[in-house]
Amino acid sequence: MQGLSRADLAEQVIPSLQEIQERLGYIPREAITWLADKFHLSEQEIYGVASFYSNFRFTPPGKHHLRICLGTACHLQGGDRLLAATSERLGIKPGETTPDGLYSLERVACVGCCALAPNIVLDGEVFSRTTQQSLKQLLDSIDRQDKGAKKSEEGSQ
Amino acid sequence: MTDRGLGKKVRVKTIGCHGFCKQGPVITVEPEGLFYCQVDKKDINEIVQSHLIGGKPVERLFYVEPATGKRISKYKDIPFYKGQTKVVLCNCGEIDPSSIDEYIEKGGYDGLKKALLEMKPEQVIDQVLKSGLRGRGGAGFPTGLKWRFGRGSKSDKKYVVCNADEGNPGTFVDGAILVADPHAVLEGLIVAAYSIGADEGFVYIRHEYPQAIESIKRAIIDSRKKGFLGQDILGSGFSFDVSIKEGAGAFVCGEETSLMASIMGERGTPRPRPPFPTDSGLWGKPTCINNVKTLATIPIILRRGVEWFSSIGTEKSTGTAIFSLTGMVKNTGLVEVPMGTTLRHIIFNVGGGIKDDAKFKAVLTGGPSGGCLPADKLDLPVDYDSLTQAGTIMGSGGMIVMDETTCMVDMARFFLSFTQAESCGKCTPCRMGTLEMLRLLDKIRSGNGEESDIEKLQEIAITVKEGALCGLGQAAPNPVLSTIRYFRDEYEAHIRDKICPAEVCKALIKYTVVPEKCIGCGACLQICPSNAITGKKNEVHVISDELCIKCGACLEVCPPEARAIDKIPAHEGAGH
Ligand SMILES: Cc1cc2nc3c(=O)[nH]c(=O)nc-3n(C[C@H](O)[C@H](O)[C@H](O)COP(=O)(O)O)c2cc1C
Ligand code: FES
Repeated sequence: MQGLSRADLAEQVIPSLQEIQERLGYIPREAITWLADKFHLSEQEIYGVASFYSNFRFTPPGKHHLRICLGTACHLQGGDRLLAATSERLGIKPGETTPDGLYSLERVACVGCCALAPNIVLDGEVFSRTTQQSLKQLLDSIDRQDKGAKKSEEGSQ
Repeated sequence: MTDRGLGKKVRVKTIGCHGFCKQGPVITVEPEGLFYCQVDKKDINEIVQSHLIGGKPVERLFYVEPATGKRISKYKDIPFYKGQTKVVLCNCGEIDPSSIDEYIEKGGYDGLKKALLEMKPEQVIDQVLKSGLRGRGGAGFPTGLKWRFGRGSKSDKKYVVCNADEGNPGTFVDGAILVADPHAVLEGLIVAAYSIGADEGFVYIRHEYPQAIESIKRAIIDSRKKGFLGQDILGSGFSFDVSIKEGAGAFVCGEETSLMASIMGERGTPRPRPPFPTDSGLWGKPTCINNVKTLATIPIILRRGVEWFSSIGTEKSTGTAIFSLTGMVKNTGLVEVPMGTTLRHIIFNVGGGIKDDAKFKAVLTGGPSGGCLPADKLDLPVDYDSLTQAGTIMGSGGMIVMDETTCMVDMARFFLSFTQAESCGKCTPCRMGTLEMLRLLDKIRSGNGEESDIEKLQEIAITVKEGALCGLGQAAPNPVLSTIRYFRDEYEAHIRDKICPAEVCKALIKYTVVPEKCIGCGACLQICPSNAITGKKNEVHVISDELCIKCGACLEVCPPEARAIDKIPAHEGAGH
């Protein structure tokens, strides 16, 4: 990193954080220390930048990452009611992960498919025109898959 | 295709957004211009067999006009398309966005060649100025003028930036253009750089748009290969290159000074202007920032001429307006119309009217910075000045239609909670003012509002509008002010009668089972996430007010032949 100015280094902070999150799913504590060291900035400075942007999370996500769109079009067509039902079902609030580590729930402000609202994103895949019924079926099927996978794991042991 | 011996006769290509999202997925067959909608995987075989081999189009997949029930075969004849004027979107859904050659075939990069090889930067700026093009990012600042300022700043280094942050929730225009026609945006950006004398550029793009990021990345690589980017472009002596910066989820970063802070790796907080970015921007150097749509318009102006372009639209707002039309309207999708077109035309002709033929209530433009307009404003022409006068803004392309199921107090609260959460906290009016307004709206929504709260809201709104540091705060009160202006009676119903007329605000409604209608099917009981419903099979079910979280799932699944679930005012009838 020699020969690079402070500005050059600072410019790399956000892309580096993005890459870490891309790989690990979150920004662990150690990563902040590591970046501070690498870019000759203080940990406070790195954390200050990271915490400003809502995309960065500091706790590991669940096995399944469920994001419910609360953008305008989705809100208008019941996004918040989908969130309320899901929150109740999973027993967690947006931003939290279930104690068994299976689900994390988040809200997102528009995923760009507003014409097909309401939308939810499960593990990176967008599901459009979601209804309470279709969402329940989706989560039920994932629960079944997970249970099946667990059983066959136990069986093979 | 090749298996069926059609390899030479038929070319299959993927296209970007065709615009009529509601009817997706779509397939078009050219040159006939036939349009198949809501196509399933199973249907592909039939299209190939019957249409491509047998020459007989598959009529059952044609678009059905809801009003007449008639099937329409060509997309040019469908009202949704007929009512539009595709100028900037002319390539969207027509060309394969991953093929630079297809873009060039359609006249792409001709504008760039003309600018670089035949015109001086000042001449390009003159043309853009004459075209009357105004920034499509929201503020409507004349693009030529901005470029002139950029040109005029003396510096050894200058930058251009394409603003593709599109943080406005409920808008997808910029993302769709980048996916469907990335080279148009890139060409515009290169011309901008040439005009002001920049040798480096950025595309600042929203992280939530992975497809758009891929698309523009690829376009940059292909464009470099063809020599439209890099050293000594087209032998003109002008050099320029672009890199991509992904946003990280902060709405305020769409604001230009915050955006620059974010590119430089800082917290994305705005700073006062002046100095304007064209004087002192990225790393203190002159920087010219333009929206995706603004840049995508540039190649067309150069290619087809200033006279042609400025003949579209109105005198003060030339060209076209592009909207993502969503909400309670029949035809949702990407829409382009000449500036000055009425809201009525967009919503009722292009949009096909309100879903389920319900009653129109309001239309919102400009997202959290805009306002809601009522039915008697439907004949308002859509241009920068008319919309501002009516209490909203053109904004960056979101148009959201609402019907009687939308509560205007809830809508105002929705936007305010958004801006409040996105407020960067740097200036007090925005940080405290939005929070205070949010509290008042919550108070009204929960049925505890007082008469004086409406005036209080207005007072704080004015203070925030006047005192906030950046556009986020200055515009944050707009949804509140416009809903009070046009829908005051709804606020009063919440405050005086403790009623939410649209039956949205949770504290003011409750769900009940109408005993005479309930068929005891158990559908509601099964879906209820909070176990609030009890009742034996074939017997009347009951909802417990204490346990109900008002998610509405029961209402959704109650069979249409029963319709036994009702939403009623919370204080009506004794609780169970
Ligand atoms: C809170 C806020 C958010 C904004 N978001 C965007 C945006 O997402 N995209 C955009 O092009 N302009 C946005 N703008 C406007 C930009 O500051 C700037 O005016 C625009 O990018 C200039 O481009 P134009 O002249 O081509 O319109 C936003 C402004 C504010 C105050
Ligand atoms: S509002 Fe949900 S996808 Fe845009």
